[in-house]
Amino acid sequence: MTAADLVPDEASTSDVRLRFDHLSMVFPDGTHAIDDISFTVSPGEFTTVVGPSGCGKSTLLRIASGLETGYTGLCDVNRDSIGYVFQDATLLPWRTVLRNVELNAELHGVPKAERRRRSNEAIELVNLVGHEHKYPKQLSGGMKMRCSLARSLVLNPGVFLFDEPFGALDEITREFLNDELLRLFALEQFAALFITHSIAEAVFLSTRVLVMSNRPGRIIGDYRIPFGAERPHDLRFEPEFAELCGQINEDLKDAHV
Amino acid sequence: MTTIDDRIDAEVALPAAGADPDDASAPTRVTPPKSPGDGFFGRVLPPTIMLALFVGIWYLYSTVSFEQAFQRRNALPYPHEVVQDGFLPLWEDGSGTREILGFMWPTIKVTLLGLGISIVVGVLVAVIMNMSKYFERAIFPYAVIAQTVPILAITPLLTQVFGDRLGVRLAVVFLIAVFPIITNTLFGLQSTDRLHHDLFTLNKTSRWTRLWKLELPSALPALMTGIRIASGLSVIGAIVADFFFNQGDKGIGFFIRVTQQRAANRPDMLAGTITASLFGVVMFLIVGAITSRAIRDWHDSAN
Repeated sequence: MTAADLVPDEASTSDVRLRFDHLSMVFPDGTHAIDDISFTVSPGEFTTVVGPSGCGKSTLLRIASGLETGYTGLCDVNRDSIGYVFQDATLLPWRTVLRNVELNAELHGVPKAERRRRSNEAIELVNLVGHEHKYPKQLSGGMKMRCSLARSLVLNPGVFLFDEPFGALDEITREFLNDELLRLFALEQFAALFITHSIAEAVFLSTRVLVMSNRPGRIIGDYRIPFGAERPHDLRFEPEFAELCGQINEDLKDAHV
Repeated sequence: MTTIDDRIDAEVALPAAGADPDDASAPTRVTPPKSPGDGFFGRVLPPTIMLALFVGIWYLYSTVSFEQAFQRRNALPYPHEVVQDGFLPLWEDGSGTREILGFMWPTIKVTLLGLGISIVVGVLVAVIMNMSKYFERAIFPYAVIAQTVPILAITPLLTQVFGDRLGVRLAVVFLIAVFPIITNTLFGLQSTDRLHHDLFTLNKTSRWTRLWKLELPSALPALMTGIRIASGLSVIGAIVADFFFNQGDKGIGFFIRVTQQRAANRPDMLAGTITASLFGVVMFLIVGAITSRAIRDWHDSAN
C-alpha cells in the first residue's frame, strides 16, 4: 500500500473539524519527523494513529494544537476549540481536583460562578465526585488522568487531541478508562484524534485507525473499524477484534523494516 | 451540542462506567511501621546525649586551660559560670539575661528587616532573570559578586553610601542573604514542568498570568529553601555588622565584642553568643514551619 492510495475520501465534507493536507515537518536539526500526511477528522469520528515510538505521532498532535510550527503543507483546525490531553495528566500539584478542572476555563476568562458550575458537571462526567478537594498527589494514576480529561471537557471543545494519555497506566486501569472515554465520546460527539502505540486500544476506541511508519512518519495503513458506538468491555475478546489487531500488527511489522 | 441535562440523562442510559476501580483515596497517608526511634525518648534522647557530651568536653577543656598558668588569662569559663555570671540574674536592669535580650532586640530588627528586603528584591531579580537569557547573563555575575565580596573589604564604601546606622547594617544582611534567594528562586522558576508550559501555551496565556499561576507556585518550594538558607545567613549578617559599625542601635554583636575584652566578662560574652545562636535556630525553625504549612498539602518533600 502506498500513501497515494490513502487520499482521504471525505475531504470534501463541509463539517470537517481537523484537516491535514500534504503535511510534512523537518525539525531545524534535520530530523525528518513526518512526511506527506493527509487526512481529516469530522465530529463523531474517532481517529487513532498507531505507530512505533519516535515515528512522529506526537509531532502530528503538536502541529494540530499549534504548539509546533515550521511545517509545510496544510493544517486546518479551529484552535479556539481544542481539547488537548497530554501523555502525563499535567495537573498543577498545588491545586485541588476542582481547581485543576477549572484551570482551562479560568485561563479563558470564564466567570467564576459559570466555570465552577461547568467544572462540577465535568467532574461528575468523569466519575470524580467526592474527590474535588483532594490534591493530585493523593490521586491514583487513573484518577489523575480522569481529572485531566475533565479539565478539557469544561471548555466543550469541538476537537479532542489525545497524546498517548493512558500509556503510563496499568492495563486494567487503561481498559476502564477506554470504556469511560467511549462513553464520553458517545455523549459529546467531538472529533477525536488519538495517538497510541497500543493496537488493541486503537481498535477498541476508534472509528478509524491509521498506521504510521518509522521516521519520517507516513500513513501506511488505513482501517475503518466496523464496530458500532456501543462497545462492551468484552469486545476485546471477539475474533473479529483479534483479526483487526492482527492485520494492523502486520502493517506495523512492515513499518519497522 | 447537548445540554448538561441531556448529558446526565444519557449517562444513565449508557453502560455504567464502573465504580472507581482505581480509587487511591482510602489510605491517603501511609504511616510507616513504628521504628524504635519514633517515641518521645527516641526524638529527645539523641540530641540530649550530644548536649551532655558537648558540655562534658567543655568542662574538660576549661579545666585543662585553667590548670596551665600561662593560659589562665584566656581560660574558657566553665559552663556553670556562663549560667551564673552570664544569664543570671534573669530580670534585673543592666545585667544578665535582660541585658542580653536588650542587645538582641536591635539584632532581631535588623535580621528581620534585612531578610524581608532580601526576599522581596531576590524574588524580583529572579523573576527578571527568568524573563530572558540576556537578563540572566547580565545580572548573574553581580549576584555572585554580592555573595563573594569580603564584607570587611567594602566596609568603608558601605559606610559612605549607607551611613553607619540602620542602613548599612541592612546592607550587610542584604549582601549576605540575597544570593541564595535569587539562585533558588531562579532554579525553581526554570524547572517549571515543560508540559505545564505547553498547557498554558494552549490556553494562550499572557506572560503575567503564566508567571502568577504557573511559574511562581511551582517555584515556591525552591524559594522556601532559599529563604531557609538566607534566614540563617541574615542572623550572621546582623551580628557581623555590629563588629564593623559603632553607630546606631547596638546589637548583640556589639555586646559580644565588648565583653570579650576582659577575662572577667567572658561568661557574659559566651551567654551572648549562645543567645545569638539560639536566635538563629529559632529563625530556622520558624521558616521551616512556614514552609511545611505552605506546601505540605501538595509537595512531596513536606510530610
